[in-house]
Amino acid sequence: MSLPQRFIDWFASRGWAPRAHQLAVLEHASARESVLLISPTGGGKTLAGFLPSLIEITGQIKAERSGIHTLYISPLKALAVDIARNLETPVNEMQLPVAIETRTGDTPHSKRLRQRQKPPDILITTPEQVSLLVADPHAAHMLKGLRTVILDELHSLVTSKRGVLLSLALSRVQAMAPEAIRIGLSATVADPDALRAWLVPSHMKPAPLVMGQPGARPNIRILSSVERVPWAGHSALYAVPEVYAEIRRARMTLVFVNTRSQAEVIFAALWDANDDHLPIALHHGSLDVAQRRKVEAAMGEGKLRAVVCTSTLELGIDWGDVDLVVHIGAPKGSSRLLQRIGRSNHKLDLPSEALLVPSNRFEVLECEAAIHAATINAQDTEYPVVMKLDVLAQHILGRACAGPFHPDELFGEITSAWTYRNLTRADFDKVVDYVATGGYALKAYERYAKLKRQPDGMLRLAHPRLALAYRLNMGTIVEDNMVKVRLAKVRRAQGRRTVTGGRVLGELDEWFLAYLRVGDTFLFTGQVLRFEGLDEFGALATRSADSEPKIPAFGGSKFPLSSYLSSLVRQVLAGNSGWSKLPPQVDQWLAIQRFKSMVPQPDQMLVETFPRAGRYYMVFYPFEGRLAHHTLGMLLTRRLERLGLQPTGFMASEYAVAIWALRDMSLAIGSGRLSLPHLFHEDMLGDDLEEWLAESAMMKRTFRNAAIIAGLIERRQPGKEKTPRQMTVNTDLIYDVLRSHQPDHILLRAAWDDAAEGLIDAHRLAVLLRRIRGQIMHRALDTASPLSVPVLLDISRESVYGEGHDALLAEAADDLIDEAMRLV
Amino acid sequence: MPFSPKPRMISSTRPCGLSRSQRIAIAGMDFIPDLSGALFAPELRTLLVADLHLEKGTSLARRGVYIPPYDTRASLLQLQSVLSATKPERLVFLGDSFHDGDARQRIGEEDLAMLRSITSDVETLWITGNHDPSPPEDIGGRVISEVTMGAITLRHQPKALSPSDFEIAGHLHPAAAIHARGHRIRCRCFIASHNRIIMPAFGSYTGALSVTSQAFDGLFDDYNVWMIGTKAIHRFPASQVR
Repeated sequence: MSLPQRFIDWFASRGWAPRAHQLAVLEHASARESVLLISPTGGGKTLAGFLPSLIEITGQIKAERSGIHTLYISPLKALAVDIARNLETPVNEMQLPVAIETRTGDTPHSKRLRQRQKPPDILITTPEQVSLLVADPHAAHMLKGLRTVILDELHSLVTSKRGVLLSLALSRVQAMAPEAIRIGLSATVADPDALRAWLVPSHMKPAPLVMGQPGARPNIRILSSVERVPWAGHSALYAVPEVYAEIRRARMTLVFVNTRSQAEVIFAALWDANDDHLPIALHHGSLDVAQRRKVEAAMGEGKLRAVVCTSTLELGIDWGDVDLVVHIGAPKGSSRLLQRIGRSNHKLDLPSEALLVPSNRFEVLECEAAIHAATINAQDTEYPVVMKLDVLAQHILGRACAGPFHPDELFGEITSAWTYRNLTRADFDKVVDYVATGGYALKAYERYAKLKRQPDGMLRLAHPRLALAYRLNMGTIVEDNMVKVRLAKVRRAQGRRTVTGGRVLGELDEWFLAYLRVGDTFLFTGQVLRFEGLDEFGALATRSADSEPKIPAFGGSKFPLSSYLSSLVRQVLAGNSGWSKLPPQVDQWLAIQRFKSMVPQPDQMLVETFPRAGRYYMVFYPFEGRLAHHTLGMLLTRRLERLGLQPTGFMASEYAVAIWALRDMSLAIGSGRLSLPHLFHEDMLGDDLEEWLAESAMMKRTFRNAAIIAGLIERRQPGKEKTPRQMTVNTDLIYDVLRSHQPDHILLRAAWDDAAEGLIDAHRLAVLLRRIRGQIMHRALDTASPLSVPVLLDISRESVYGEGHDALLAEAADDLIDEAMRLV
Repeated sequence: MPFSPKPRMISSTRPCGLSRSQRIAIAGMDFIPDLSGALFAPELRTLLVADLHLEKGTSLARRGVYIPPYDTRASLLQLQSVLSATKPERLVFLGDSFHDGDARQRIGEEDLAMLRSITSDVETLWITGNHDPSPPEDIGGRVISEVTMGAITLRHQPKALSPSDFEIAGHLHPAAAIHARGHRIRCRCFIASHNRIIMPAFGSYTGALSVTSQAFDGLFDDYNVWMIGTKAIHRFPASQVR
């Protein structure tokens, strides 16, 4: 299919020519072949995806069309709405007979019904809506004539359970519309072959790859501050005047930070410095949706000069003429940095401008590494998530909602998804059994089974009520326990103080609110608020006259340092990278380190031991990110305890781990009582890990998520909303009971897999331990080394040994008798 | 990483063991709290347990929510280990022993046998609760609405007391939280003043209610809580409870 005249004219009328990658995608689609397009933002990627469908629909006779022609799937609801709006332009200008509609969680019931009767040609929707569509027996006919599925931002979808659920929904779509092809649109990724395979059914050849034209190389600088770069911390407040000066120079600036609390802190500081009253706004995931939409609209209209934001503005469409991206704190990954920088200057031929602001000295090293990675366009995106048993359970129930099914047939359909190509029949049957009756060895629920077996071997949903429960509870995004914060009014009448709630400001983590006492002040939505207590709807707060909040916002980056960047950071540290030039302050810091201790080579790991303030410290520097470090710290303290060195705490940062003990570890190493190769031996990943993990709070949280996704616990029951608090209590208790009575249950396995991959980073830890074998450099010092200062400064209220709370309870109660009287 | 569940001895999920240092005293009588949530009266050789909610796990199955059906077993194993450690002459259930009226129909054969062997070994009193106004009569023991032990009345729901009255009750499933080094720690607890003890829920699936919540209003002027950790029980005054 070549470009029809109507389209050629339209391109010409805009002064454009169709780009090579747009035509290449069109060619593959015309040959009825799935295709993956990898292209940077601003390359006309969305149009490339839609072009084949627009041409094909235009060429069809209206009466011959049946149902939806093209399904466009976007990870963000807001993006879906915006894409629909943007697509209206070419459709109207060319006067194409193409009906475009959206279907998201916000779409009213009446519109859904109308879509069912009169499906649009192009339906723009989200992954969850596709699952709901294929689970609805009345909606299936809409997909019969489907020709094309367009998957936008595929790189971001495939790295989460959402992507896994979507891959299953697509296997169902494929069964209903075998003719349909898929067009994947993605930003640059580390492993395009994985995406090519993900995109098509597992028995087919990977989808061909079309590469868009690369943009101009970004222009990235590190802020060379006249101020002293802090030793530790994440606030980067030292740099605020300089960042403000950059904002004044630019037309519109996006200021990216890594966490919500950091966004609040930087936003407040910028307002303090804002002598010119520049319109500067704040945008992060805790803010009320209406508030966020307002900021986005203002940006689109060019009314703002700067927006302080988290990853909420990382994905998606153009928000206007951004000409500078400031990144506060280290970017943690090369691809993340490139993605964020891509938010500025959506014209391919002009370089994007970016400024990195390290918030401490280690981050200077990391920023150097990130700039190098970005210059050579190195990618470190994650590998797609595959085969999640909890997601499979959810899909199987959804399949049953659509009508009776035969397990053999469904197994074939599911293994046709690339993500489940290695699923065994035994595991599949276990998950089916779990969906039907809970999968318990004790057959207590046979008579209440959700799936009933028919004489012909088909499985049928036992009750239509279950389909309603599925619709209310489906999805893979399990919210943290968030609590709404409302602006309160305080009235005093007859000596009594009454607090009534007003406008919703946004949502905050429950753990943070639990920490507050009435009267405490904290920073939220860019203002200092006074906590007034909780009511049945959430938290109440009033505006405070204080300029400084009493409770500091806490937390560093929520993304761990990528493995790739970590290896570059070790090179920068060793000083032999050949491409980095460190600022004088940092150079001096490393020079003293070299004098007092040593600076390790990239393949070495330095371990330092020294006494300090009555305790004995061991600090080591693996540079493998906080998650892997936390796990390592937990396992090593257990080992040191067994060796009688009496560790009392540890601290894990992005770059280093510090453990402190009551016994002299320098002495123990010197005398040969403690062997470092032995301490860091890979065998810690066996029993030690399992023992710790099984008891850990982390495992319980992971289990809760798996239990919710797999439908063991209902998020919502028809008519009432269960509070997250109730759920947490229940799943913890369930975890304990299930673990002692049926340790091989499918949900425990699902949770275990999640924890090993995600929270504890066991794989990365294993790679680390292998890497440092024979490469551990020990230095016994008299005092703390310069390199150890940042992690020692981080040691604060966060440092607690183990996860058992008894030590803290005992300390708090000043009551050790019970402990001391124990015989074992 | 492969998933390799360890074969474990099936046992109670909560640790058991009488506190070595803590006593809760009312009406001149000492009670020893147990890690499991039971309370032992050594002078009377009586063991008290509250709110087992047996068969809570199976109660939701009709709606299609399949909580693991092992809670009754877990609670009974836990009860057995407290019984063998304390060897009481009398066992008193403080109500809500069964989650609902149909629990008797759903309870498994083995669990029922365990329960019967318990009631045949030790004198058993079933105080009625709001969840089990008429607990099953065919598993041994005596059903009663209140029990008096000297000056102290055992009942399910706490009542308004006159100054000379003493009671031990359940029903509220107390839990308390304290702050220590920036951490908030929340555990099940016993809560007591000079004339009243409210016991934590003993059942494996029973949630807990904060002692600062409205349900506790008017029951205590000044109180202490005995928080149940994983290895020991710790006492805190009301002023430290958050």
